[in-house]
Amino acid sequence: MTAVSTTLALPVDRRQRARRLHLWLAAALAVVALASLDTGATGLSLPHLLGTLAGGGELSAVERTVLFDIRLPRVFLGMCVGAALAVSGTVMQGLFRNPLADPGIVGVSSGAGLGAIGAIVLGAALPVSVQAVIGTHLVPVAAFVGSWLTTLTLYRVATRRGFTSVATMLLAGIALGALFAALSGVMIYLADDRQLRDLTFWGLGSLAGASWAKLVTAGPIMVLAMLVAFTLGRGLNGLALGEATASHIGIPVQRLKNMAILTVAAATGAAVAVSGGIGFIGIVVPHLLRLASGPDHGPLLINSALLGAILLVIADTIARVVVAPTELPIGIITAVLGAPVFLWILLRRRGILEV
Amino acid sequence: MLSARNIRVDIGGTAILHGVDFTARPGQVTAIAGPNGSGKTTLLKAVTGEVPSTGDIMLNGYDTRTLPPWQLAAMRGVLPQSTVLAFPFTVIEVVRMGLLRGTSGNHDRRAMDALGLVGLADYAGRYYQELSGGEQQRVQFARVLAQVWHPVENGEPRWILLDEPVASLDIGHQLEVMRLLRDYAEAGGGVVAVMHDLNLTAMFADSMTLISGGRVLAHGTAEAVMTDVNLSRAYNCPLRVNHVPDNVSTFLHPAGATG
Repeated sequence: MTAVSTTLALPVDRRQRARRLHLWLAAALAVVALASLDTGATGLSLPHLLGTLAGGGELSAVERTVLFDIRLPRVFLGMCVGAALAVSGTVMQGLFRNPLADPGIVGVSSGAGLGAIGAIVLGAALPVSVQAVIGTHLVPVAAFVGSWLTTLTLYRVATRRGFTSVATMLLAGIALGALFAALSGVMIYLADDRQLRDLTFWGLGSLAGASWAKLVTAGPIMVLAMLVAFTLGRGLNGLALGEATASHIGIPVQRLKNMAILTVAAATGAAVAVSGGIGFIGIVVPHLLRLASGPDHGPLLINSALLGAILLVIADTIARVVVAPTELPIGIITAVLGAPVFLWILLRRRGILEV
Repeated sequence: MLSARNIRVDIGGTAILHGVDFTARPGQVTAIAGPNGSGKTTLLKAVTGEVPSTGDIMLNGYDTRTLPPWQLAAMRGVLPQSTVLAFPFTVIEVVRMGLLRGTSGNHDRRAMDALGLVGLADYAGRYYQELSGGEQQRVQFARVLAQVWHPVENGEPRWILLDEPVASLDIGHQLEVMRLLRDYAEAGGGVVAVMHDLNLTAMFADSMTLISGGRVLAHGTAEAVMTDVNLSRAYNCPLRVNHVPDNVSTFLHPAGATG
């Protein structure tokens, strides 16, 4: 077709803004991670440690344990969990074409919650010898398995003749969530006082149990799922036009849905397994970024990972020091800090947000 | 060549199309017309694969049901009746969505050129959701144009399939869009449009399929299909086809009005 050449300059290009944001967020993440390494209940500071190392000195055994076995895996795990939750939120909002969607919609949270609560309460009934073997792994494994079984169930319910209805999945998720809440209620009824405390704290989320073992088990799952999610940008953009039109512009819609659901189940399942129920990151991060640099999912997914990691590491650092020497559950921090900021942004930018 | 043979569509146990045959040639504007509920939109959706159907659908010699979406998208663009967009994308971002991976040349330039064709280059940076219904429809049309920009590529025609493309437009923009479609066809591309306005159809369509009650009532050149008898039967009211004094274009009016 003969082009009507236009001399008009391109309008404000939000792609550039989004790409610049990659750099800013990456830099901020580095700063936040270092600051978090520097902060802790023992009052061990990074400059002191680096000074010792630079001066040819040796770190004491305690210093080494605090830095390498406690703080470092915790910061890495926090980055993975925050990034995984935020990316999952972005993917879910894109898939459901709804800015209110979060990873919980595909049943990951309710399934993981039931799994974890079941493990906490019923795990105590296992023979002591079995408990000794599986030890602290029981709850995370049960949470992960619970999230996957739930997601697969919802997917099966919502898929007919190779076509997955996201609306059906949403409704089935609500039904299953209600059922799981009731089953969790049964567990809570059966639980003793210590178990009640454990499961309450699990629901509020924490990175307190962070270890290299957890990082090497759950980390690769989260990272791999996120890398797959990063390839879904164009597809999720197309989905904003509706499923039919997305298909007409060449997007394999059913495959996109499969990938989106699998990556979210894997990323969130692994994140929830190692950190419990951390709310708000998955829903706030994509919103903030859409306001900053537009809804293009290509850069949005990457920026979500970065900002999610930043926010979770900040929240975890606060959780560690605000009531030192004990810790606050991190879910309290993310909600207390996140909710007012979110409301403030909603009030300020009302016009654009209405989608 | 686009050919559909013996297309049947059942929705919820109700037969909407009872074995419809349909063909369209590149280089022509082909209109699908018929009264409300006749199945004309369903026929288009069956052809685009949006609605499951039985029968054969061949596009440029390929069975469309076996082609992956990206190959199909390289051959044809589809404009739905209206598009509800999720998330606040700008106009230019929406048009860019039509550009397929592997599209040669400068994507931004192509998107701006497509917007220029529909007269909305000034709107590039505005939020899609803030535009009027008619403007949104023209943005979507630009998206389709950007997707199948060259009417012929590698010796094969490309296609634009549209569902009532001008229903939400004023008369000036109706003519503009129809002229762009004519240009596309004259350059060798294929155009298939579900049309509501019979006078516009008479002005711009080369051939025409008239549908009523899920069956083809008439198929052929627009001239041959648009007769008093065919149209009156299809729309179930007395209609008269006339010619304006220059005897070139056809126009239609209710038979009672002229006495």
